[in-house]
Amino acid sequence: MKRPTGLRVVVLAYLGVIVALPVGYLIYRAFSKGFSSFMSQVTQPGAVHALVLSLEVAAIAVPLNTIVGVGAALLFARHRFWGHRVLDLCFDIPVAVSPVIIGVALVLAYSKIGWWGSWLATQGISVLFSVTGIVLATTAVSLPYVLRSTLPVLLESGTDQEEAARTLGSGPLRTFWYITLPVIRWGVLYGVVLTLARTLGEFGAVVVVSGNISGLTQTLPIYIYDSWDQNYNAQASFDNALILAAIAVVALVVLGILRSKERNHRGDLA
Amino acid sequence: MAILLNRVTKSYGSRRVVDDVTTSIDDGSLTVILGPSGSGKSTLLRLIAGLETLDSGTVAIDGQDVTFQDVRDRNIGFCFQHYAPFRHMTVAKNVGFGLKVRKQSRADIDRRVGELLEIVRLSDKANRYPSQLSGGERQRMALARALAIEPRVLLLDEPFGALDAQVRIELRSWLRDFHHRIPVTTIMVTHDQQEAMEVADQLIIMAEGAIQQTGDPRHIYASPSNEFVQGFLGPITNFGGVPVRPHDLEIRGANAPGEHAVVTAIQNFGFEVRVDLCTEHDTSCWVQLSTREAETLSLSVGDAVTVSVRHEPALMI
Repeated sequence: MKRPTGLRVVVLAYLGVIVALPVGYLIYRAFSKGFSSFMSQVTQPGAVHALVLSLEVAAIAVPLNTIVGVGAALLFARHRFWGHRVLDLCFDIPVAVSPVIIGVALVLAYSKIGWWGSWLATQGISVLFSVTGIVLATTAVSLPYVLRSTLPVLLESGTDQEEAARTLGSGPLRTFWYITLPVIRWGVLYGVVLTLARTLGEFGAVVVVSGNISGLTQTLPIYIYDSWDQNYNAQASFDNALILAAIAVVALVVLGILRSKERNHRGDLA
Repeated sequence: MAILLNRVTKSYGSRRVVDDVTTSIDDGSLTVILGPSGSGKSTLLRLIAGLETLDSGTVAIDGQDVTFQDVRDRNIGFCFQHYAPFRHMTVAKNVGFGLKVRKQSRADIDRRVGELLEIVRLSDKANRYPSQLSGGERQRMALARALAIEPRVLLLDEPFGALDAQVRIELRSWLRDFHHRIPVTTIMVTHDQQEAMEVADQLIIMAEGAIQQTGDPRHIYASPSNEFVQGFLGPITNFGGVPVRPHDLEIRGANAPGEHAVVTAIQNFGFEVRVDLCTEHDTSCWVQLSTREAETLSLSVGDAVTVSVRHEPALMI
């Protein structure tokens, strides 16, 4: 077999400049003052609150977008209806435009200057400067990942297995749970990990709607930026950035391990 | 269970895929629907199963109108062209799926799955996954899965289409034998005329969405109702302006009675020999000879011969 040495060097150099060097240096700087310094930075009340808030937001946004994404994938893969292309395109808008625009649009639509803002306020729901707003913004910007990772798997797997289950007497719910879901699960899980990464890391849309109130509406990325930009505490931003990065990377690695285990077990590609 | 189709019609857009089909399928028979690709034969099978809905017409199984019955209530065993195995389940789980849906006890399922795997000779593969089986084994697993629910009717969509020639032939005779032991009404769809002739009790020939002829395969072969059926069931050649089977022609010496002709090509296939001729009226035809006949004649290209229709055609009408 021919070894594509040149190509390999280019890819490695590219990844090195863009990913490995900056992240490596971040890790080095995070621990450069010792482990106890690292621990004290990541256990500051503001940092802990921001981390918990980020996780809470993810705990709402990820399941929501998983259900919507799988539902939409089923809809697009199994039904051809008028306007399905337009609807399909709409899912990509939140990641195609700048997150700041999503944030501004949400504020416009749901704050008191918007059409429904006053009515929402009378119902006791405020979007601006609130956790509700953060959840809304985060859900919006992480909308299409599950759909995009599930739809191709669903299209490729075809309808044969589902039809076979129907001829054997299986109803729609059972067919989905026992036949469709096992077929698409790796696609769905990959989408879930991407959604999680995006929800934890979202900055632009969240910073617009949250108002950046320290200890209240500060998510971890905003806390990191704040430490860096406002409080001149670079060490706090390095250390917490590492925590944030680690969560997403660990999720990706766990997914990879689970998948390769199953593949070895069954001797094929799921 | 007998199946009755009455004026069954199905279109996709403006294309009529199944066009006003009326026929009956005998209880306990092994019926083959034969037709070229695009003839509507698979769609007809899916309409019987309830995987597609009819535009008009009715389908009745065992005297019961099932036209509007959902596929899951029809109790039909369906084998898909590419077997549609549940890839994340073992062979035993695949076969037992329909029984689990029917909420049978674990012990009953295990016993029945064991029996079925015995019948399809897959007992030793019960804990394998479909990806670890050969094509023929997957086919037999799909058959066992369909039979597990004790279907009223078994429907097979191109069951041997994706298999090697050798495995196809083996499975064909296995299916015949199997149907003798478990005589559930079976309809099989194929585009392979040899397969159809070998397997069928009853043959339905389709083209362009419509039935061309139905009946006993030997009868249809001997007296096809139109030129399409004749051409599709076996080779034909033109002799004196009439289409005939090339094995119904006979070659004899130049002085024998018949039409004078010159040998233009000889192809030896081992089990048979094809001889191309140019007749005195400057038309070409070809004759199919057994290897032994060809040896007796010891023909070579350029020989002058006579050709005539055999006195005793190979098959009587």
